[in-house]
Amino acid sequence: MSSTGSSYLIQGETGDWEVVIGLEVHAQISSKSKLFSGASAEYGGGPNEHVSIVDAAMPGMLPVINDYCVEQAVRTGLGLKAHINHYSVFERKNYFYADLPQGYQISQYAHPVVGEGTVILDMPDGTTRPIGIERLHMEQDAGKSMHDQDPKRSFIDLNRAGVALMEIVSKPDMRSPEEAGIYVRKLRSILRYLGTCDGNMEQGSMRADVNVSVRKAGEDLRTRCEIKNVNSVRFVMQAIETEARRQVEVWESGGEVQQETRLFDPNKGETRSMRSKEFAHDYRYFPDPDLLPLVLSHEYVDAIAADLPELPDEKKERFMTEYGLSAYDAGVLVVDRDTADYYERVARGGDPKKGRDAKQAANWVISNLFGALNAAGKSINDSPVSADQLGQLLDLIADDTISGRIAKDVFEEMVATSKDPGDIVEEKGLKQITDTGAIEAAVDQVIADNPDQVADVKGGNEKAIGWFVGQVMKATQGKANPGVVNKLLRDKLVG
Amino acid sequence: MADDLTKLTIAEARSGLQSGAFSSVELTDAHIAAGEANRALNVYVTETPEIARNAAKTADDRRTDGRVAGAMDGIPIAMKDLFCTEGVQTTASSHILEGFKPTYESTVGGNLKAAGAVMLGKSNMDEFAMGSATITSYFGDTINPWQAASGPDAGKDLVPGGSSGGSAAAVAARIALGATGTDTGGSIRQPASFTGIVGMKPTYGRCSRWGIVAFASSLDQAGPMTRTVRDSAIMLGAMAGHDPKDSTSAPVETPDFESAVGESIKGLRVGIPEEYTAEGMPDEITRLWEQGAAWLKDQGAEIVDVTLPHTKYALPTYYIVAPAEASANLARYDGVRYGFRAHGETLDEMYMNTRGEGFGTEVQRRVLIGAYVLSAGYYDAYYVKAQKVRSRIAEDFRKAFEDVDVLLTPTAPSPAFAIGAEMSPVEMYLNDVFTVPASLAGLPGISVPAGLSASGLPLGLQMIAKPFDELTLFRAAAALEEAAGFELPAFDPRGA
Amino acid sequence: MALDADTVRKIAFLARIRVDDDRLEPLAKELDGILGWIEQLGEVDTDGVEPMTSVADLTLPRRADAVTDGNDPEKVLANAPDPVEAFYTVPKVVE
Ligand SMILES: [Mg+2]
Ligand SMILES: [Zn+2]
Repeated sequence: MSSTGSSYLIQGETGDWEVVIGLEVHAQISSKSKLFSGASAEYGGGPNEHVSIVDAAMPGMLPVINDYCVEQAVRTGLGLKAHINHYSVFERKNYFYADLPQGYQISQYAHPVVGEGTVILDMPDGTTRPIGIERLHMEQDAGKSMHDQDPKRSFIDLNRAGVALMEIVSKPDMRSPEEAGIYVRKLRSILRYLGTCDGNMEQGSMRADVNVSVRKAGEDLRTRCEIKNVNSVRFVMQAIETEARRQVEVWESGGEVQQETRLFDPNKGETRSMRSKEFAHDYRYFPDPDLLPLVLSHEYVDAIAADLPELPDEKKERFMTEYGLSAYDAGVLVVDRDTADYYERVARGGDPKKGRDAKQAANWVISNLFGALNAAGKSINDSPVSADQLGQLLDLIADDTISGRIAKDVFEEMVATSKDPGDIVEEKGLKQITDTGAIEAAVDQVIADNPDQVADVKGGNEKAIGWFVGQVMKATQGKANPGVVNKLLRDKLVG
Repeated sequence: MADDLTKLTIAEARSGLQSGAFSSVELTDAHIAAGEANRALNVYVTETPEIARNAAKTADDRRTDGRVAGAMDGIPIAMKDLFCTEGVQTTASSHILEGFKPTYESTVGGNLKAAGAVMLGKSNMDEFAMGSATITSYFGDTINPWQAASGPDAGKDLVPGGSSGGSAAAVAARIALGATGTDTGGSIRQPASFTGIVGMKPTYGRCSRWGIVAFASSLDQAGPMTRTVRDSAIMLGAMAGHDPKDSTSAPVETPDFESAVGESIKGLRVGIPEEYTAEGMPDEITRLWEQGAAWLKDQGAEIVDVTLPHTKYALPTYYIVAPAEASANLARYDGVRYGFRAHGETLDEMYMNTRGEGFGTEVQRRVLIGAYVLSAGYYDAYYVKAQKVRSRIAEDFRKAFEDVDVLLTPTAPSPAFAIGAEMSPVEMYLNDVFTVPASLAGLPGISVPAGLSASGLPLGLQMIAKPFDELTLFRAAAALEEAAGFELPAFDPRGA
Repeated sequence: MALDADTVRKIAFLARIRVDDDRLEPLAKELDGILGWIEQLGEVDTDGVEPMTSVADLTLPRRADAVTDGNDPEKVLANAPDPVEAFYTVPKVVE
């Protein structure tokens, strides 16, 4: 089912305001070298170390495109269920800035390599919400200016200049900060599944330009503002909230929202105008005469499509049908590819025929394992409990070797020691008692010791049996098989 | 002896070096001396005599070891200052690049080095190759060794044409056996015509653009400037070749161009495009053009009238496309990473002062036109329109070449004119009216000295061929040269 | 499309070229003259004509993804007017 979108509204003095959000996400293509030069695209490095004479825009230097980057852009387009344009053109976006050596950015404008597509948001209530993708194009990243090293000068480092980016532009389909946050996370998840971008926002390999406008219900779009280079999901959501409220105030105080580029300051919790970049803007795009149109054959695109991995949405569908998981559980498990793989290993013991209780497996991964990992601040990849070990634990429950209660203690021990559950059960002698004789003795003892409660039960209060079960389990340190205990008590008390 | 050495052609010098009649050091010294004796012509921005002597010595040593680097081994040439030369100042004749020493060598320069060529110096040119007279250089005008015997310009200093005027004058004045040029709208062919030498622009993509200061990327092509067609073929062979560092470099073989020189043109179909006349063009040029056709006919070629209907629109098309590309290509000269930087309190002030003081008037004019025709609201009306007309112009040629093998036209509508002649920008642009169309279509063209004006100045005829059909072009040009029998006079030294 | 002094000022800023006020008017006339001459292109019928993308009828060549360049800051800073350590510098930018 597809939800109509969260009902996030801003209450103003003149009534409720809807927020309209579109995102332009810049994702760095994980390539060894830059888009048009052979310099390293690796993060970091000493000042101007990952810079070639092409990146420094020395006279007479020319761009030659990186084949791998083209392939990753197409892969990403296919992963976004988008239309791949077999003919696309690189253009020059002309403007002067200290970190832009050529005086223009090589980008794609009129003819991007990828056209319209869709990203499905998985809402917390289990519903989904499709967000339109307008386009994806390839372009060069700019260098870095440092303004606080020197009183009179800014320092320029071109290590990032020319690094390959994919600009992924959404349609203005989002209506709340929450949706925007979910969109960025989902996009990052897809990029990581595809392996086309590491999605590392701290290192700037994923950055968002956020377009925000507000309007009264049923109105056409009002003027939008673009908040540039927001570098975390949290900030994206905060920036939208702040900017939307600012715009509501402007409108309601009888003002006009100006279309402009703004900057989000997380410390001050405000957005402010970047007029410096605005003045006399005119990018004068035109096809880069140093490059020819990028023409992709159908064979080329089909070959890339053929080896796409299973993506989050398909995986989620499969987990729901194949394992009978709820939309929510499936959604949680597929966010990260390694988690999904871990879960499947637990659920199937690596062997399709030997199926385990898949729902139980999901519960253990989501509540117990995630809990333990969060507590230890660890990722699924360095989990102290391997998927096989967790699987073995589920097997011990399934064949009645231990009860669910004991299993929780065993799991804690596994987290602490990374030992196999079997060994832990042996060492600590936690094997469940299924020998009826031993259990019957304990049952008789408890009955003998509590005549009043016995009377109570015989008097018709069958619920009280639960109390007896508890007593027997206590007497056997929880090792008695609860099923057996129950049966004996019923035979003896209810008859 | 030294004097004789400068009178040789590249082909003659090649055999002289082979036979041991003289050494490359002797040949090089003779040309260095010729350069010093003609300093007043101002053909060089930077002279590199030491580099030249060392290269010559190396070439001689190689030869004594029985090895030869390539077709240009030991041959002294001038290098247009638009080619980046490793460790040697490269200015594009602009203040904004003064003092810039590239850490790299252009691909064409590297090919010539590999072929053994000896670089005498960096030749003067119009700033960033924008001009047709070599009078926009920050480093002064270059003077044409030719002087008018009669007429209004008699006795005056004349322009060598441009933008490759320093290279043209150096070759005409026998200061270099050959020189590199670049041609964006006629910058090799027009100065060749003005100085009585052979100037050749190859097919776009034949020579790599890597390491050549860019003016208009979709038009720029490097080519040889020499005193004979054979020398042109020899030198192009050493310059050309596919280069993976240039995405527009054509992955084609470099044929033996020289082999075409001297081959018969019997049955060759030569097109005469009726549109190649400009108003105010002297009759003597029309007559020379007809004479040229007659010469080819005498050698068995068929003369065919063809039409290139959009010819008159080539120049205005060029003056949208070239400035548009230049406005972006020259954005990198911002005073940050190399070259001249003027003071400025803010970043924008620094940019504006640097580019305001660093660029000359003509460069500023074209950068502004380029920015304007690309700006919001004008892009479609100017730039897109021009690229459509350009398609039409290319289509004209394609149709014409279904019927003929080469085209014969005048190279320029006038002979060399006096330095300081009063001209509006557009009047100056009209110098390239016959050379620009082939540039827009990316076709190979060559200017061959064919005769003299009434005032005693050289006039060239241009031949244009199909893409990558330089062999036919050289074959036809050699036949024209043979028939014309043009004699380059010995000029009196023009010392400082 | 008459080109006036004010347009020249705007364009000159776009191109980051200092043009003194007294030059704006003459420059506008000059450029307007050139553009006037250029506008004869209006005469050409270009309906259904594709704008030229490149005279070279090639497809875009692509290189393999390998680190083959860089790691030589001295080389790229060799001609820098005012470098500090391995940085280029510009007049302080206040964002
Ligand atoms: Mg954007
Ligand atoms: Zn972008």
